[in-house]
Amino acid sequence: MLKLPIYLDNNATTPMDPRVLEAMTPYFLEHFGNAASRNHSFGWEAEEAVDYAREQVARLINADPKEVIFTSGATEADNLGIKGVFEMYASKGNHIITAVTEHKAVLDTCKHIEKLGGEVTYLSVAEDGLIDLKELEAAMKPTTILVAIMYANNEVGVIQPIKEISAIARKHGALVFTDATQAVGKIPVDVIKDGIDLMAFSAHKMYGPKGVGALYVRRKNPRVKVTAQMDGGGHERGMRSGTLNVPGIVGFGKACEIAMLDMEEDNKRISAMRDKLETALLKLEEAYVNGSTQHRLPHVSNISFKYVEGEGLMMGFNKNIALSSGSACTSASLEPSYVLKALGLGDDLAHSSLRFGLGRFTTEEQIDYTIKAVSETVLKLREMSPLWEMYKEGIDLNTIEWAHH
Amino acid sequence: MAYSEKVIDHYQNPKNVGTLDKANKNVGTGLVGAPECGDVMRLQIQVDDATGLITDAKFKTFGCGSAIASSSLATEWLKGKTVDEAVKIDNMDIVEELNLPPVKIHCSVLAEDAIKAAINDYRTKNGMEVLKFEESVVH
Repeated sequence: MLKLPIYLDNNATTPMDPRVLEAMTPYFLEHFGNAASRNHSFGWEAEEAVDYAREQVARLINADPKEVIFTSGATEADNLGIKGVFEMYASKGNHIITAVTEHKAVLDTCKHIEKLGGEVTYLSVAEDGLIDLKELEAAMKPTTILVAIMYANNEVGVIQPIKEISAIARKHGALVFTDATQAVGKIPVDVIKDGIDLMAFSAHKMYGPKGVGALYVRRKNPRVKVTAQMDGGGHERGMRSGTLNVPGIVGFGKACEIAMLDMEEDNKRISAMRDKLETALLKLEEAYVNGSTQHRLPHVSNISFKYVEGEGLMMGFNKNIALSSGSACTSASLEPSYVLKALGLGDDLAHSSLRFGLGRFTTEEQIDYTIKAVSETVLKLREMSPLWEMYKEGIDLNTIEWAHH
Repeated sequence: MAYSEKVIDHYQNPKNVGTLDKANKNVGTGLVGAPECGDVMRLQIQVDDATGLITDAKFKTFGCGSAIASSSLATEWLKGKTVDEAVKIDNMDIVEELNLPPVKIHCSVLAEDAIKAAINDYRTKNGMEVLKFEESVVH
């Protein structure tokens, strides 16, 4: 049976898995203790629950539980990882390498570091969204302390070659940080095999609760340290002060455990639906996939429908279908997605994009409905589009002198 | 951000979508905006020489729901007006009618610009002087 409205914005956040909520509930109610209370059973229970969750999280990424530092989410983990390394390794150097398609939590953190006297290189990406490893190698300097490249991109789902990236960084004595918010829980991520030194990720992108995430900090080969960014009680081995969000952490652990068990089956089903959706929508004229389809998360598809504007397009079905657009018609700047532009898309194509993010609870019926609704709206809006009419008349839109606003 | 009911109605049932023959000397065409900005409006008017009345108006718009609604509303308002009356349509009237939020005011500005561009195109074609308008402030 078709369930409306349809949620296809799983890159923004995922619904909680009911199994996660079930695991969390007791830690709001009877087991409400502070994990730092050492002298009574309430504290012990909370601490035990956090320890167990830490193991569940560590297992999913093949880490040691001691290497998992709980935070309020991926943004905090990005800040702690990058700023923490910048401060801790100041005597070694001040150069950081990142990429233009990173999430704002990484880019703005790097901007902040530049203000503090750090030097940051922003690698460009190719049309498929991937960085050029030769460019990375060429950017390495004796002062390079950190290479911060995301595992998978939030807008187009492109997966970077983290293993190759870390090999280059290691060769030059730099640490590797990756924002794996979109990857952990969705595809296998192994900090040992991938050679990751620090990694940020979040519970709410993998059917866990909002407000909890983690920073993985390697303890062996090499032993990595970060300078705390918050002063306080010295929780989380002194790296992140603040009373632990016990129910959130319990939920995070459960979400990781479920991801580990269900990932393979989930991905088979989800990628088949994604491919069905993509194939059907690409049958429309002048529709293009953005980013690599070879190196891509199994649940994401970002498509531009030329000559129609993304926000206008979404309005045709947003009562029943929730998704995102690379158009930024609502923002004050009117600037479309910087990620799509970094892939070489013109502003017009970036304005015309939709991001489909499928998830564990997406159904086949919902995909069929989406194909129909999106196709119909694209056709309807093209009938209304002066650009479509010009295109059909064979007019090259680049030859027109537009009145820029 | 939720759209107003009037915007939704214009979006779902746009009035006067279409194309008039731009070679016709009674037809004025205004094409404003740019694809890179995410908004392009083409507004056309057909003018009765004898009476100066706008007998028909059509639009096609590439843009968000508010842009589509602004141009749809503009064509409705244009029909039956004289060219002189049409010049006086102000973008804030559109904002008010459609209940547009501040971030969407530029859609109404674009519609006003499209009306003026169409009128000037008509005037040029018919040997009249081009009207000078103040630059729209909101972008």
